[in-house]
Amino acid sequence: MDTGHQHIVILGAGTGGTLTANRLRSRLPEHRATITVVDQDDQHVYQPGLLFVPFGLADPLDIVKPRHRQLHRGINYLQQAVDRVETGDNTVHLADGSTLHYDVLIVATGAVLLPGETEGLTGPGWNERVFTFYDLDGATRLAEALESFEGGELVVNVVDLPIKCPVAPLEFCFLADWFFTERGRRDDVKITYVTPLDGAFTKPTASTRLSSMLADKGIELVTEFNTGTVHGDTDEGHPRIESWDERTVDFDLAVVIPLHGGAPFVGRSPGLGDDLDFVTVDQQTLQSSAAPNVFAIGDATSVPASKAGSVTHFEGEVLVDNVVAFLEGHELRALFDGHANCFIETGFDKAMLIDFNYDTEPLPGHFPGKIGAPLLAESKLNHLGKLMFQWFYWHVLLPGRDIPGLGSAMPTAGKESS
Amino acid sequence: MTTKTVAGHDIEVNDEGFFVDPEAWTEDMAPALAAEEGIDALTDQHWTVIRFMRSEYAEKGTGPTVRVLGKTSGVSVKELYQLFPKGPAKIAARIAGIPKPRGCI
Repeated sequence: MDTGHQHIVILGAGTGGTLTANRLRSRLPEHRATITVVDQDDQHVYQPGLLFVPFGLADPLDIVKPRHRQLHRGINYLQQAVDRVETGDNTVHLADGSTLHYDVLIVATGAVLLPGETEGLTGPGWNERVFTFYDLDGATRLAEALESFEGGELVVNVVDLPIKCPVAPLEFCFLADWFFTERGRRDDVKITYVTPLDGAFTKPTASTRLSSMLADKGIELVTEFNTGTVHGDTDEGHPRIESWDERTVDFDLAVVIPLHGGAPFVGRSPGLGDDLDFVTVDQQTLQSSAAPNVFAIGDATSVPASKAGSVTHFEGEVLVDNVVAFLEGHELRALFDGHANCFIETGFDKAMLIDFNYDTEPLPGHFPGKIGAPLLAESKLNHLGKLMFQWFYWHVLLPGRDIPGLGSAMPTAGKESS
Repeated sequence: MTTKTVAGHDIEVNDEGFFVDPEAWTEDMAPALAAEEGIDALTDQHWTVIRFMRSEYAEKGTGPTVRVLGKTSGVSVKELYQLFPKGPAKIAARIAGIPKPRGCI
């Protein structure tokens, strides 16, 4: 292996790209490696904050910072869109026609929303009575609509998986229950959660717990509903979503989580992605199946883990060890276990915490050890944890600092056995 | 896990009716499995989907979701729901003798 000067190119300056660049910079001196990060814009959105914007609990301006400012000294930042990657000749083709040659490439371009793939979703009524809170513009517009919503049927619909932060639509329901209760309008609002899954969540124990929480809060649950069409028009009967097997759910206000895919350039890059443009990587080493000097992290990958910041964070440690090992010609020894850790905001200043990996579903107990935050149970401590996380994100997670006592692998000490 | 007889073969299936061992599946079992799902006759289009499910499973270790089927099998999502009502990916997987398609988390 060539141990001379290396060029590491990182596509994407969101959670995964930023923390990887910062961790690599502190591991590799500048005479050994140049690090270049590419992104198409300079707005880094703190995505967990999007959930709070519609309820007036976060100001849109407070959850955005410049991307380049999150990168440490000694890292180059290039604002350019990517046209495609040719892994055969180690080249990134940029949208302006220029090229970047790399020795190691890390794809961290996340997931994109594809509202246009669902018939009628962006048609009549879009941003009028049909919204999404999965981007900053949508979340901001939805805040106005919720504030002025006098009553009727509020439908929260996940079109299909995978989506970023799969618990966020449930959290949205819980917060909507709280929001309308606080304003004395809860009796006038019917809230319905419509999901393609056969329960409230993918993992059995958590699904049962979350289903009973929906019931306790008077939120209706419609399962195995695969949305084919959104009728947002008031001219043709009541606005409604319609499934492929021709069931319908009426709404006055719909909050739809659109289909997700990988970044479009992945689809234009031979061999890089799967059918939905997510980068195919080994689920333990995060190395691409297209070429050994290509890796991916976070929402951009095809690994069967949640598309969530915590997963990206835990992957970061593994990825950086493996990139350094690769540059030094060693075997890739660091293995990712699928660890995810999510605070679920449940309304009324409470939240619960779930912690799981590829093989272990979310279990009750405490995190990270026998004494700690309660798992799979609501508490005020977990709510405070969720609020503190924003500070932690900008000041600990992105800079790539290690958290004492909390490594990549899922802890088991505080968990009750299933 | 239970054992059931399909077209004269003893087959192990899990609690949700999916084959435990996809290698135990043969084409002659498909009509009987389809009948259990309320599908009386398998058309060429059904077979296109069933064979596609098998080859995707062999290649990737999991059957495709409805969305991926609609993009890649040559049969549109609307047609898939006509062929395999109430969940094309799940029902086609049962008939094709492969495990439940791994949804995402």
